[in-house]
Amino acid sequence: MTLMRILIIEDDTEAGQYLQKAFKEQGHVVDYAADGLDGYAMAESGDYDVLIVDRMLPKLDGLSLIRSLREQEITTPVLILSALGQVDDRVKGLRAGGDDYLPKPYAFSELLARVEVLARRRSAPVSSEQTSYQVANLVLDRLSHRVSRDEEEIMLQPREFRLLEYLMKNAGQVVTRTMLLENVWDYHFDPQTNVIDVHVSRLRSKIDKGFEPPLLHTIRGAGYMIKVGGEAER
Amino acid sequence: MIALGKIARSTGFKLSLLYLIIFAFVASAAISYVFFNARRILDEQIYSAIDNEVQMLTRGFERFGPVGVAKAIERRKQQPGSFLYLMVDPFGRKMAGNIEEIEPRLLEKSGVSEESYKRVEDTDAVEHQAIIRVLVFDSGFRLLVGRDVEERARLDAAVKRASQLAFLVICLFSVAGGWFVMRRVLKRVSEMTETTKTLVSDNLDGRLKVTGSGDELDRLAVNLNDMLDRISELMSGLKEVSDNIAHDLKTPLTRLRNRADEALRTATSEDELREALEANINESDNLIRVFNALLMIARLEAGNAQADMTDFDASEIARDVAELYEPLVEDAGASLEINVADNLWIHGNRELLGQAVSNLMDNALKYGVDENGVMGALAITAMQDGEFIELIVSDKGQGIPEEDRERVSERFVRLEGSRTQPGFGLGLSLVSAVAQLHEGALVLGDNNPGLKAVLRLPLRKRVEEAEHREV
Repeated sequence: MTLMRILIIEDDTEAGQYLQKAFKEQGHVVDYAADGLDGYAMAESGDYDVLIVDRMLPKLDGLSLIRSLREQEITTPVLILSALGQVDDRVKGLRAGGDDYLPKPYAFSELLARVEVLARRRSAPVSSEQTSYQVANLVLDRLSHRVSRDEEEIMLQPREFRLLEYLMKNAGQVVTRTMLLENVWDYHFDPQTNVIDVHVSRLRSKIDKGFEPPLLHTIRGAGYMIKVGGEAER
Repeated sequence: MIALGKIARSTGFKLSLLYLIIFAFVASAAISYVFFNARRILDEQIYSAIDNEVQMLTRGFERFGPVGVAKAIERRKQQPGSFLYLMVDPFGRKMAGNIEEIEPRLLEKSGVSEESYKRVEDTDAVEHQAIIRVLVFDSGFRLLVGRDVEERARLDAAVKRASQLAFLVICLFSVAGGWFVMRRVLKRVSEMTETTKTLVSDNLDGRLKVTGSGDELDRLAVNLNDMLDRISELMSGLKEVSDNIAHDLKTPLTRLRNRADEALRTATSEDELREALEANINESDNLIRVFNALLMIARLEAGNAQADMTDFDASEIARDVAELYEPLVEDAGASLEINVADNLWIHGNRELLGQAVSNLMDNALKYGVDENGVMGALAITAMQDGEFIELIVSDKGQGIPEEDRERVSERFVRLEGSRTQPGFGLGLSLVSAVAQLHEGALVLGDNNPGLKAVLRLPLRKRVEEAEHREV
């Protein structure tokens, strides 16, 4: 993943410092604001790839902050962190103009994966409109719903196709199980058992088995990634 | 004094007072109406009597002259209850009559009026009131005929006395009636107040008395009792949950601590330390999951997820979950039978129901094995049953004994024999909470063998209604 400029707006300084440190370790540039007004000023003037906004903030709450940014036509992707955990929280957050939502407590790997996807969407917005994806010799045609590898056609179930489509759209990035459930199945909950793993391993057996190099990698403790190059090094 | 103040502040007192005022007003209006009518009739009678008398005397004057009339007057005034008479000549000298004193100016011209006068035979020199009619003849003679209005004064006095008495009686009855009604009502209200006071200070076990009369106070008591039931339920639920949380989270936390401790003491290489840390992160993630689930259940039970309800086809959920779990079931060496009817419209939260059915599938996968460890066929069914739709997940495992079926939906309850499986005993609690949020229920039954978990949800209300809401 290329370098990201991230603004964290979070009133809990300990959590803020933890996040700053963690993102810096990943090689990203991080700014930090401890209240809503500061955060708004920085988000308005700075050039960030992603904003991480806590929902409950002093001076200006998270949702109002996002709404104001959107009114100013600042389209920087926003990930909302929320400790509220209300059932309809996610919907409210997205309605206010947020792009993704993560309830607290969360695992850092989940946050990182989501932030990276958001930043990528910003840097290469055209990719979502692409009619086909290609990773090494694997090609997915979105219009004809065909998948082939080394020119050899691979038959996929509709859901497997969507799964592969999402993975290839975010090629080179980690996608978590929760993200897959959200984007491929359109359900937003934490999959308890290894339901997603089974789907991924079935997909893998179709697209990777008998081909070189392996493309669909399992990233330990995080999720999955499609990329060229054998080692998954995170 | 305190009691009086309390009564004066009470609703009963205020109502009684209001009724008293209204009643007194209506009564005085009625009495006035009767009184003024009676007076009018009486006055009319007097006037017409005077007119008759004047007419007769006028005829006498025409035929017999002033002297004849004077004679007639002298005769007539002797009769009991006679009119008042006065006849004067053109020079103002009295010719006949029974009036002693009257203002001379009254005799100057014809007319009717009400004046005071003195009778000849009166000794007490008291002036009386009378209605008089004066007639001036062309020849200068003047005739006065009048009638004492003593009778009218007596009527006035009688009416006044009667109204005073009536008013007194009204007041007495109102106060007595109000007091009686109030005492009954106040007594019950005081009882209710007493009971609630003990409820607040001691415990929530007491309930308000319901007399069974079905009146307002009874209904209030019933509602308050329902409220108390709900509060007790919530409180015991809360207590149980916090007890359980404390107990059940102690174990993983201890494990977490011990593993870190052990790694610090015994690990000899970085790899070993890393391994211990990773294990601890996994354990922490599990704890986070438990907390998330607990929070979610609490929120669902508080019922504030209503905002995000939409109308949708529940068969879609059954198909989605079936599709999601089918590979997993096949990997477990079993088959998943899918029986999903179409058009099962409900009003609800798609996410939550999806998660609920997934939880049921998770359970089926965990506990769907028989004594020999063989996973039997699982089934997911969606169908309509009258006013309800049913989402059913069934397995061929060992099922849940009937006596435990209620209990397993409670938080952290894990049955003997299930403890070897991973989990915290929150899955069914969540399903049950989701069902309740949708005004449905989770019904656990026997699949002979195995468990049949039925998520029963009310069918969407009338289509027109729902469409109206969408607009």
